[in-house]
Amino acid sequence: MSLQQTSQHRRAVVLGSALLLATALLLLLGVSVGSTGFESVRNMLRDPQALQIVWEIRLPRTAGAWLAGALLGLAGAVAQGLFRNPLADPYLLGSASGASLGVAAAMALFGVSPLATHWLARIGLTGAAFIGAVLAVLLTLVLAKGVQHTLRLLLAGVIVGVVLGALSSLILLLTPDIMQAMQSFMLGSTAFVGWTACAVMGVVFAASLVAAWMMSHVLDGLALGESTAQSLGLRLPQMRAALVVVLALATGTAVAQTGLIAFVGLAAPHLVRSVVKTTHGRLIVLSSLMGAVLLMAADILARWLMAPQELPVGVLTAVLGGGYLLWLMHRSSSRGGGM
Amino acid sequence: MLLLGLAVLAPAQALQVVDDRNVTVTFAQSPQRIVSLLPSLTESVCALEQCQRIVGVDRYSNYPASVRRLPVMGGGLDPNIEGIVALKPDMVLISVSSRASQRLESLGIKVVALEPKSHADVRRVLSVLGVLLEIPPQAGAERLWRVIDTSVSAAAQSMSPKARNTRVYFEVSRGPYAAGESSFIGETLSRLGVENVVPAALGPFPKLNPEFVVRANPDVIMAGNRSMQAMAAYPGWASIKAVREQRICVFGVDESDVVVRPGPRMAEAARIMARCLEDKAR
Repeated sequence: MSLQQTSQHRRAVVLGSALLLATALLLLLGVSVGSTGFESVRNMLRDPQALQIVWEIRLPRTAGAWLAGALLGLAGAVAQGLFRNPLADPYLLGSASGASLGVAAAMALFGVSPLATHWLARIGLTGAAFIGAVLAVLLTLVLAKGVQHTLRLLLAGVIVGVVLGALSSLILLLTPDIMQAMQSFMLGSTAFVGWTACAVMGVVFAASLVAAWMMSHVLDGLALGESTAQSLGLRLPQMRAALVVVLALATGTAVAQTGLIAFVGLAAPHLVRSVVKTTHGRLIVLSSLMGAVLLMAADILARWLMAPQELPVGVLTAVLGGGYLLWLMHRSSSRGGGM
Repeated sequence: MLLLGLAVLAPAQALQVVDDRNVTVTFAQSPQRIVSLLPSLTESVCALEQCQRIVGVDRYSNYPASVRRLPVMGGGLDPNIEGIVALKPDMVLISVSSRASQRLESLGIKVVALEPKSHADVRRVLSVLGVLLEIPPQAGAERLWRVIDTSVSAAAQSMSPKARNTRVYFEVSRGPYAAGESSFIGETLSRLGVENVVPAALGPFPKLNPEFVVRANPDVIMAGNRSMQAMAAYPGWASIKAVREQRICVFGVDESDVVVRPGPRMAEAARIMARCLEDKAR
């Protein structure tokens, strides 16, 4: 038993360092890839414009992709632990549809009346997305009458998601000229991430990571079943509420800055678990790193494949994450192991 | 084969057009009750001075003002089929992408699908509509096109050399999606003699990497109202010449409709853009 534990421990350490190494390599690559390629980096010291492209566009968006991916990976690990459901993803509590509704409403109202224009310009689309995401989660919590019943919470989240999704589709149909911008929000993009966005995501990520890590023993307890967790003396109600806050905050922040990026939150914890079986404390850290590396790689490809045009990064996260997960799944099942 | 032969033998006064789906539509006489489900087609019918024949429009048709009083039959993509049938139209004008055309045809309504996307399309659509509405070309479509074409040239000539010598980036929506040289907007910009920083090779409305625009460093930025953009919102754009010198035109809702729609108001679109360029040249 303890031998196996040390081997798992070693694997976790190896995986963590591999992901950190990948981060470093991808950061270098991300700085060199864009509409003009390597020459911006080469000319950086002579040409102020090239310096600006590298320093104010490529670096923050590469770092931003890492942070957004980390937030989603963390939220995914928390959601799957909290709901004890491997299909849970960070958008489960309605934050994605709430954010879309916020963005759609803001874009539709913008320019219609000077008053709306004034306050919308002030909060911006990022603010609208964040407010939408938080309000949707609150609505889910109200409908579920708190966080105590996992199933009720899940169902309320699904209902809020469907209803708000329908509302934003309605807005979209009534104002078709926002369709393109909306589509790009729904497929995700790091084009708007600057240093301020990075700072916001960085602070939220640090806080969420510490909070989730401190409460990871609750998730371990929950994995054994609700009644066992209670009998272990865990203060479930408060802890669960705190985890929901972490989940909502991490997801809302990522969605507001980069749009609805599919699959990272769902796939990251699975990718980690396929390599190493571990406690939730380590899973949360590794899943964050995994999500970060996944989104960073997808973002670099999105900028690269059709440069100077861009692909929506959400398409690539789905293809990359999904493809890799499928490959792992088949590899492990052909070896006779389950996932 | 027999059907084809019959079509040829049909009486000489029958109207026949091939629409943008490559479907041949035949009318015994010129349609008198028209439902138009695309704003630019509504505008084209009205520009041919046959507005009175339109009995219903889609919810996005808002010009000329008289069409706002007509019953609204949903949108082009989600039309109110029942409402359209109840209006008893003898022709429905619709975009090619709408799924409603099949449904309407199976209900026995004649559908002409037209999709203007370029300057040449505007001319073609006007002439097809001229045939359908039985207006002699020299009095209708051809004359109208000459007026539009001359006005676009006049707008171009009215510009000072300084205004003409600018490099423009046109953002159609947040993303950033740009209007390339091959788009309708791009064609108008070319007619005005200014340079578009987004080459035709990238397609009509490419989603660009924002750093492409920084690199291109346009003198003037134009944006549709819906792009909800204070331009500095893209990281790193503060140094672009147009942003630094505040040479940005954001078109309001009404102006955006004119500038973006491939229809008979393209001369007005050219004047709006020319005015922007002139204002920002100083």
